Amino acid sequence: MAEPLLPPEFSDLEPWVADWCLDSEPERYAKRLSSTMDEIQAFYDAVFPRAEEAIQYLEKFPLDDLPEDAFRLLKLLYSLILMSFPVEIWKQPYIPDTGTAQFELKIEPVP
Amino acid sequence: MTESPKVPRQAARQHPKPPEGTWTEHYPELGTAPVSYENSISPEFFALEREAIFKRAWLNVGRVEQLRRKGGFFTKELAVAKTSLIVVRGMDDRIRAFHNVCRHRGNKLVWTDHPAREISGTCRQFACKYHGWTYELDGRCSFILQEGEFFGIDKADYGLVPVHCEVWKGFIFVNLAQEPSQTLSEFLGPMITAIDYPFEKLTQRYYYRGDIRSNWKVFLDAFQEFYHPPILHGHQNPVMRQADYKEKGFYTSHFQIDGPHRVGSTTGGAGGKLVPEFYNPMEQLMRSGLFGPWDPSEIVTDELPPGLNPGKKKNWGLDSFQIFPNFAIVFWETGWYLTYHYWPVAHDRLLFEANAYFTPPRSVRERLAQQLGIATIKEYALEDCGTLEATQMGLESRAVTTFPLGDQEFMCRHLNKVVGTWVDDYQRKQKEG
Repeated sequence: MAEPLLPPEFSDLEPWVADWCLDSEPERYAKRLSSTMDEIQAFYDAVFPRAEEAIQYLEKFPLDDLPEDAFRLLKLLYSLILMSFPVEIWKQPYIPDTGTAQFELKIEPVP
Repeated sequence: MTESPKVPRQAARQHPKPPEGTWTEHYPELGTAPVSYENSISPEFFALEREAIFKRAWLNVGRVEQLRRKGGFFTKELAVAKTSLIVVRGMDDRIRAFHNVCRHRGNKLVWTDHPAREISGTCRQFACKYHGWTYELDGRCSFILQEGEFFGIDKADYGLVPVHCEVWKGFIFVNLAQEPSQTLSEFLGPMITAIDYPFEKLTQRYYYRGDIRSNWKVFLDAFQEFYHPPILHGHQNPVMRQADYKEKGFYTSHFQIDGPHRVGSTTGGAGGKLVPEFYNPMEQLMRSGLFGPWDPSEIVTDELPPGLNPGKKKNWGLDSFQIFPNFAIVFWETGWYLTYHYWPVAHDRLLFEANAYFTPPRSVRERLAQQLGIATIKEYALEDCGTLEATQMGLESRAVTTFPLGDQEFMCRHLNKVVGTWVDDYQRKQKEG
């Protein structure tokens, strides 16, 4: 069996790691724009109900010393935040009426 | 006498205006007439702004935390002045700025891979990629390859060209004038220099940038009035809150100007204080949203830092300080701040920068609240970006040439006025020689 990517308590979220564990905002935003609403909704529906539990789990670690599997879980939550806008507000991946405008996060803290 | 705009009684009670009846008439030099935006669609006017404003005013180019160590540097592209700067912390810990140009043949001195791209790093000296001329961190030229081949050359005469550089509260400002007419402190004036905020504690930084097709003032104006959010951004709120906004609009609690600078204070985003139905599910989960965390950071105490909430308003939520010409600092009640920079590139184009600064998160929960806060900035800013490109197109048609500004657009009227004053002043001095 492959090495688990997430803490054992969150093994049900493993299938989402490959596509939705992303390192930076530009990658997450590109994923949002290249996904269908069905894909985004499915990710949201899977992760949102586990989010509060995930936060409580992650709170056990100092932020600057997260084990790798915990950091992956945190990255899923970063993606969840960005995908909440299409799901909760826009009902489409992109922000309406924004034309070709670009606005990218160039510097962001790690983790 | 012009009739003052009528304000609903509840809003008048909650957000009282000066004795003159409106903020605009409290400063009679602003007038109340519709304004022209010819200054935002004319290439000729932009050419004047370059000289009259951007080569005379103090411009913020960054913060000292970007130069933590001796030898720390960053480059700053200033398209508006057709130059690039090197900003560097010297071995003597002093921060200096230089034009990023080699004295030998004019090559751009510090860059990597792409000559138009900004870079940062740490170094002991700057060496030109072209012929190896080398400069110390204080700008002195210290090496000329095959020096004996040159004619009567003295390295002492070939230091980097300095730019006036001063620091206020960790914000690094430059001034491109030969001799600035004011020190930085004089330029900032009493309203801005009264601010004594613990900036040094907010080191968790997020930095956005965008290339936008609109005039810098047209764009800036959307970020200095709170009249548009209930409409342009209203649908980002749950339906119940949208209805409330559309009915009541939004009122700024206090406006103030000091020289070319201005501030507007509002009740802020009211994060978490309203009924749950006013928030999206993610906002409720993360206790954050428009904009930023709902829970106070460690810098928040019973007393606001000096200089904030200059109108001494109850239910204070934020101050939006607009520092002329193109720099804004927005302070939020939960203890974090945003800066905006609007860098003109052409009469119809700007580089927009937004920086969010938080205290370093003490836990994953705080980290996520900050993350949602900065995510909302993008959702809102992109709506502004799209709309302001459309506004630029509308203005350029010249189908309409004057535009009415309401009292809530007080700060837009002031910027328009100040830009005109600086350009007039420049032209007058040019004529006088």
